[in-house]
Amino acid sequence: MSEPTDPQSALGFLLAGIPHASALKLHVVSLEPGKAICRVPFAEQLIGNPDTRVIHGGVITALLDNACGIAVGSRTSLRGQIATLDLRIDYMKSATPDEDILAFAECFKVTRNIAFARGIAYQTDRDDPVATCAAAFMLRTRSQPGKPGTDQGST
Amino acid sequence: MDILKRALAEGRKPDLKELVEAIPYCRFLGVETDQKGTELTTILRFSDRLIGNPMLPALHGGVVGAFLEITAVIQLLLEAETEEIPKPVDIGIDYLRSGRPIDTFARATVTKHGRRVCNVRVEAWQDEHTRPIAALHGHFLIKPRSAESD
Repeated sequence: MSEPTDPQSALGFLLAGIPHASALKLHVVSLEPGKAICRVPFAEQLIGNPDTRVIHGGVITALLDNACGIAVGSRTSLRGQIATLDLRIDYMKSATPDEDILAFAECFKVTRNIAFARGIAYQTDRDDPVATCAAAFMLRTRSQPGKPGTDQGST
Repeated sequence: MDILKRALAEGRKPDLKELVEAIPYCRFLGVETDQKGTELTTILRFSDRLIGNPMLPALHGGVVGAFLEITAVIQLLLEAETEEIPKPVDIGIDYLRSGRPIDTFARATVTKHGRRVCNVRVEAWQDEHTRPIAALHGHFLIKPRSAESD
């Protein structure tokens, strides 16, 4: 399968069929090879502290993990065959209630087996982050050796 | 938080079932608690919307991470006398095995209980405790009872 050239078609295609992304209403805002921006709209059911109405840190974990995975997938064409190995998140400040959360993720290094990515979760200003992350992904988790780059259809 | 303040005022541990019910995101994920004295196991009931990779299928990495984080927070609420829900400062998650589409369990240990910050470790497993699917270590800010402003 070739890389979709129309960014709009790519965006819907990337998260289609991922039940948890649908549950969070997570969507891709923009994409270029190795870089992705995703958004999770504010929702009452995602609140982690009913007193302050701040979104739970776990939502940010899921958002950053997914955004980094998409950035890695877009750089390696290994969608569906990557698995998070480790994810480290630093929480800088509480998210503001009633505002969406965005994540910018960048895959900055790909080796034979591993890809490295970093991400920033923010609301209005990327320079004023809610959280940042560093992640490592295992590549080709489902394909046989010697068949790099096979797409999800064959697994 | 009201549930915590009430428990503190009455000199008892908070009711974790009531607490988990009061947190929308815990209900959204389907987190339950199984408490025997101070020993706490959290349960993540499987549902289709927790899937992140439908081809395997496997739980979403973010879901597993969130579940570990919730477990750390609940353990802290049990051990630290705090009026507020602890806030994560940093967490590191190691993904050890893919999360299969079944119930997941987790237990946390408070490694270091500081005055303002606690260090917590959590492990999640599915059918065998000795085969963890993920582990978390992290720091959480706590607000101790009648904390002096600093």
